[in-house]
Amino acid sequence: METAVRRPDEAIEAPPERATPLAPPDRRPAASPLDIVSGEIVVEDLNVYYGEFRAVRDVSLTIPPRAVTAIIGPSGCGKSTFLRTLNRMHELTPGARVEGVVTLDGIDIYRPDVDPVQLRRVVGMVFQRPNPFPTMSIYDNVTAGLRLTGRHKRSELDEVVERSLRRSALWDEVKDKLRQPGTSLSGGQQQRLCIARALSVDPEVILMDEPASALDPSATLRVEELIAELRRQYTIVIVTHNMQQASRVSDRTAFFTMGEERAGYLVEADDTVRIFTNPAEQLTEDYISGRFG
Amino acid sequence: MTSATVTAAARFGRAASRVPDVVFRSGSGVLAWVAVGILGLLAALLVANSGQALAKFGISFLTGTTWDPIAGIYGALPFIIGTIASSFIAIVLATPIGLLTAIFLAELAPRRVAIPLTFTIELLAAIPSVVFGLWGVFVLGPFLSRTVEAWVVDTLGWIPIFAGPPFGVGLFTAGVILTLMILPTIVAISRDMITAVPDSQREAMLALGATRWEMITNAVLPYARSGIIGAVILGLGRALGETMAVTMVIGNRPQIPQSIFDSSQTIASQIATTFNEASIGLQTSALISLGLVLLVITMTLNVIARLLVWRVAGPQGTS
Repeated sequence: METAVRRPDEAIEAPPERATPLAPPDRRPAASPLDIVSGEIVVEDLNVYYGEFRAVRDVSLTIPPRAVTAIIGPSGCGKSTFLRTLNRMHELTPGARVEGVVTLDGIDIYRPDVDPVQLRRVVGMVFQRPNPFPTMSIYDNVTAGLRLTGRHKRSELDEVVERSLRRSALWDEVKDKLRQPGTSLSGGQQQRLCIARALSVDPEVILMDEPASALDPSATLRVEELIAELRRQYTIVIVTHNMQQASRVSDRTAFFTMGEERAGYLVEADDTVRIFTNPAEQLTEDYISGRFG
Repeated sequence: MTSATVTAAARFGRAASRVPDVVFRSGSGVLAWVAVGILGLLAALLVANSGQALAKFGISFLTGTTWDPIAGIYGALPFIIGTIASSFIAIVLATPIGLLTAIFLAELAPRRVAIPLTFTIELLAAIPSVVFGLWGVFVLGPFLSRTVEAWVVDTLGWIPIFAGPPFGVGLFTAGVILTLMILPTIVAISRDMITAVPDSQREAMLALGATRWEMITNAVLPYARSGIIGAVILGLGRALGETMAVTMVIGNRPQIPQSIFDSSQTIASQIATTFNEASIGLQTSALISLGLVLLVITMTLNVIARLLVWRVAGPQGTS
């Protein structure tokens, strides 16, 4: 299932200054997040198929680095499917394939020599329902990704745990019970633990698939505040059903809807303020104002 | 008020007889409790009839090493050891094989391979144990004695438990037969436990940059761990109680084995081979005591195993 999906055209080459495309984060220069602006995703003519069924049609979209891009739209419009093509998680679904080009910092992630395992260390993911590993402690949940890369040094792990939990605004709540199971936390804390887990491997991009839809309003607020704090350090793409959430957390908004033969497509993408005040398309206007969807 | 009552009765009053409901519920309830009653009765009869032997020998029934009907001395230790040793060999061999098979079926094999393969493995459970026994006597035993046993005796024979001679009849052959017999149990339940792991766990691990194998070892197996242990214990329970196939290949020697290639005897096999000629009285009582010991061992293991399986799959999961 991890086989590389061929794309029709291989025009885009890796820029020479990045000799090791999609290298694990520990081999990237440990620079401050601000001095290299990377993490830009460019999608061109992307089509996603489940067998014969085309779920996403002809999407072209530029996702700016170090900013939050929200993807909104009615149920079944292919938002989540689209999101999962950005770190090739869709390949887990039997029969799923893509056509088109997705580049991260100029490198086509569907090139045959791109390993999805390495890609996912750069493009992390947070899911709809909090999914901490139930047999692991809070500490082990956060370090699970690092231990995959063979890093077991206690002092290094300690440091990453604290940094990741601080970034996910969970440190103060759990610092005295790092050895307790991750599942002992509340739903909102579990989701922030999952965010810490995603941050621990130092990704450039974080994909969030309706990260607050299973949470209560106050836990939702915490997660939204967290996204606001992370927005300058990571490229964040968030799928949400909740238009208020999109308007609160995002810099850019992409509106998807379902077209002919139930294929989802991109109606428009623009600055969030513009989408919610003065969208270019009538369809967007109708959706934003609650006339459909 | 009266008019309201009348209206209520007219609209919501009982339209059909409830008799079928009552009969069905009480009838099926009684039948369900019959199973519980039989278990209780069985245990009670075993306890009652084992009294004579247990009263005479006390704890030395469990620790005694001599089983001599002529002298009237009954010590069950050789059979207890034979039972545990043969089952232990089976578990040591069947656990890795079964677990890897289950991982392959649940996580790696494409559906068109997994379905027929699962079906075939579960068919192993349908082979009568006497057929396993026959095959063990005429095919597997001689084969093992020429190959595996001969090799182990040559290379590791200086260690007492691996000492020869390799007859092809004894503990080891019994253990291998039991391995084949409990494999379907371990594979089927482990596979169900692995399948019961939510996809969100797999995705969480893959999204951190795990390979498929890392996903299995770091997310799937830990999640399913207690259920897999349960599967192994259920397999162990089956191995401990298996009678016919073991009887045919273990050698039926009522003495404590010194090597895994020695002839030996299990509790179940001893009961099956001797109860026909047993005299009424002490010998019968001793055999029934053996049965009680076996029942206690297997019941305890089953309870533990089921609790572990429930922890993963819930009480509605596979038995």
